[in-house]
Amino acid sequence: MNGNHGTDHLDAEPVDGDTRYGPDDRIAISLTVNGEKVEAAVSPRLLLSDFLRGDLGLTGTHVGCEHGVCGACTVHLDGMPARSCLTMAVQVDGMEVRTVEGLAEPDGTLHPVQRAFRECHGLQCGFCTPGFLMAVTHLVENEELAETDDGLRAQLAGNLCRCTGYMGIVAATRRAAAEIASKG
Amino acid sequence: MSTRQFGARVQRNEDARLITGRGRFVDDLPLDGVLHGAFARSAVARGRITHLDTTAARALPGVHRVYTHADLGELDVTMPLLIPHPCIGHPRTQYPLAHEDVYHVGQAIAFVVADDRYIAEDAARLIEIDYDILPVEVDPAKAALDGAPLVHEDVPNNIAAHLVQVSGDPDAAFAAADHVTRIQVRVDRSTAAPMECLSTAARWDAVSGELTVWDGTQAPIGLRGALSSLFDLDEDKVRVVAPDVGGGFGPKIVFPYSNEILVPFAAKDLRRPVKWVEDRSENFVHMTHERTQIHDIELAATSDGVVLGLRDTFLHDTGSFIPYGIAVAQVASTQIAGPYRIPAIHVTFDCVYTPTVPVTPYRGCGRPQANFAIERAMDQLAAELGIDRFEIRRRNFIAPDEFPYTRPDLVFADGLPVTLDSGRYDDALAALEKALDLDAIRAEQEQARAEGRLLGLGLSFYVEGTGLGPYEGAKIRLHPITGKAYVNTGLTAQGQGHETAWAQIVADQIGVRPEDVIVVEGDTGVFDWGVATFASRAAVVSGNAVHVAAVSARARIAQAAANMLEADPDDIELENGRAFVRGTSSRGVTLAEVATMSNPLRYAFNKAAQTATQFAPTARSTGKPLPDGERPGIEVSEYYSPPHATWAYGVHAALVEVDPVTCDIDVKRYVCVHDCGNMINPMIVEGQVAGGVAQGMGGAFYEKLEYDENGVLRNASFMDFLVPYATEVPHIEMIHMETPSPLNPLGIKGVGEAGTIPVGQVIASAVEDALSPLGAPPVRQVPLSPSAIHDLLREARVSA
Repeated sequence: MNGNHGTDHLDAEPVDGDTRYGPDDRIAISLTVNGEKVEAAVSPRLLLSDFLRGDLGLTGTHVGCEHGVCGACTVHLDGMPARSCLTMAVQVDGMEVRTVEGLAEPDGTLHPVQRAFRECHGLQCGFCTPGFLMAVTHLVENEELAETDDGLRAQLAGNLCRCTGYMGIVAATRRAAAEIASKG
Repeated sequence: MSTRQFGARVQRNEDARLITGRGRFVDDLPLDGVLHGAFARSAVARGRITHLDTTAARALPGVHRVYTHADLGELDVTMPLLIPHPCIGHPRTQYPLAHEDVYHVGQAIAFVVADDRYIAEDAARLIEIDYDILPVEVDPAKAALDGAPLVHEDVPNNIAAHLVQVSGDPDAAFAAADHVTRIQVRVDRSTAAPMECLSTAARWDAVSGELTVWDGTQAPIGLRGALSSLFDLDEDKVRVVAPDVGGGFGPKIVFPYSNEILVPFAAKDLRRPVKWVEDRSENFVHMTHERTQIHDIELAATSDGVVLGLRDTFLHDTGSFIPYGIAVAQVASTQIAGPYRIPAIHVTFDCVYTPTVPVTPYRGCGRPQANFAIERAMDQLAAELGIDRFEIRRRNFIAPDEFPYTRPDLVFADGLPVTLDSGRYDDALAALEKALDLDAIRAEQEQARAEGRLLGLGLSFYVEGTGLGPYEGAKIRLHPITGKAYVNTGLTAQGQGHETAWAQIVADQIGVRPEDVIVVEGDTGVFDWGVATFASRAAVVSGNAVHVAAVSARARIAQAAANMLEADPDDIELENGRAFVRGTSSRGVTLAEVATMSNPLRYAFNKAAQTATQFAPTARSTGKPLPDGERPGIEVSEYYSPPHATWAYGVHAALVEVDPVTCDIDVKRYVCVHDCGNMINPMIVEGQVAGGVAQGMGGAFYEKLEYDENGVLRNASFMDFLVPYATEVPHIEMIHMETPSPLNPLGIKGVGEAGTIPVGQVIASAVEDALSPLGAPPVRQVPLSPSAIHDLLREARVSA
């Protein structure tokens, strides 16, 4: 049950001339996180979620399942939503990463999606919320919302919430999209 | 007071940090020099360890220690039975780390502490464990038979506990009946699956001798008591903090889990902070489960459908241990008669050990099973007597003028006979019928059937004993610098919005905005009197404690302000953070000034404080600066203890269409009428109900833990155990009724579990109705997977 990540090397026989990296190697990566340049040297088996949380202290990104189902760890990679628990840190070399900490304006003004989640009671315990905020932000900024409730729910079906029953999240998504649309 | 906050849709205080990535979950807390733990767990259900070798694990670079039970010293004892009961003939609880015997897949055997989690998990895999595998029986019905393999070899028939309860005269009721209905129903095993798995971090301060434990628990005070006792430390030397907790739903009320022992133990042993965060697959085989019960229920009725008596005999699967006692089975047994008068009840249960993860309460705590049993039986009785399903319920409701309604000798979880305090059951059913537009639905159903479509309506009426004692408390302190109110309780929240609900209650009394009431909970270093968050009790018990404290704080503020304004306390009004004499709102003092002046000072540490120093004209005093019996500042602590449980209730209905080809079920409408007494914040209540229904939907359709015949859990991941996404939960039409509970000053009943309780029956009832034209057999089990629907359809075809 342990070891969803990175333990295969223990079972693999080393092969002469094998140039694969080992867990103790460090690979230099350079990326942008929430608009700031970041340079780091990371183990090749380090998950992006662990890099963001552990190395950069960006603990807003949460890890709910570590197997890509719950979506709590969703971040944006070059503008696209991605599971940071299924992404290795080395894979994001050269990329732009946006996390929940990068949603609000630098002056603290909340993103319309953040405001809408509060206004529509789109969160309870708040653990899945960062992933939902990132998924919904991408949705309302880049895609047309389905007109039907069923259609919108399908658009939200990449993330699990165990508290809200999704009603507040559906409402928040509509509200945020309306606000963004009204500002053109 | 201006706008009343109680009852308003106030936005939540806690959201600000949670929507900006500043949540404070255990794994989010920065701990310098922290080491990381990982467990090695049993791969077999029932076995005897023949070989356990940690050499390779210990040799792995970056590993600090590997602990087995032999390293635990005085902690190597079985964990407490948290709720003892005389009917538990064979109580068994687990060791923090297994000895020779293992009792379920996932039981902790060794604990590794390493520089990081990757290394810790590598090392855990290097631990060599061999077992003699022993025979197992995971089905509780078979496990209770003679000759079944025993989980604990000295527990005959695997029966941990046996209880018989008799209320009224059931034999006479059955003798007098015109008709008896008998059915057997089963609800399967599930797991709460909170989005945050279990998590523990600990730091030992060798200088002060203090142990601090951050833990994703629903019961920090209880855990503090257990750790103090086990580690032999004064309670003042152990601080347990439940920071933000990512969902609870029951299993986080249980303590101590292995991690809650091993993490503090390792922190103390290694003199370094240690952290362990459960992964999802591990959560499935470690955190406690609930639900499997098999009920044989009988109703004795008159020919016009009045139920005279009820007999229910059920098996409750308690898993490999019984750390939380009989709570789940007891709650099921006492809610078995639902909202119905039924004056004679005979209920018997056996708690059966199976070699599986231990069973403790999960949202609903036996009520979903009891609701499924009684409501399935009511549907069956209605069918057998040819009475409408709504009508038969109406004929049996306890009427509003019959409250309080006691079921003698049926003892609820508060240790007292079931006494339903209040309700308008008939009105609730009428509200449901109106919302559904029953005539229109029946016409639609007729039309659908004519077209060969399978449309069905189902309903379920539930009651829920909520707000268990023994008590809770609240401390309120007015801050002299800001005038803000700080509130502490002994509870902790996992999403229920205490920081807002308590703020609303306080705001109404002392005239401040809810955002100026700062609620801090879940920290035994701040407030350590109370019980825990469970059983839909927080709003009832803590809410009223906060209210009583706020009334007391208001009186103290009024007295202090009256002294400052040279007025009568009865003439003081509090509004907008100020105190003034009624009718003179332009003159007055701020609450910050009141707080400052009520604390006689010697030192003027800031400008405001000057006014309270001993030579200031404002602080003139002819007697003692602090008169006898007075306390400094505006600070109160008060407590509330409920006389007994208060009973919420509601009725849900669903209109579903079954696709006979794919066996998919489309929930076309879902309507919920509920009554939790006075609502502090309807927005939060709606969130609780909707979230409860969503979990109920999981239990009705998808969530079934699949143990194979060897006792291996086959679906221990979110890929295999399906938790509903937004697509699997319908829009919920919600109708609130507010019948104040007569038992507490705020008239509150609990609502945390309400949504979950009736859903299995609602769906079963609706599917049964949908399939009835085909002659399908009755629905007797949830979850209703597509295969289960397929089986029903096949049986219908065979019998046709």
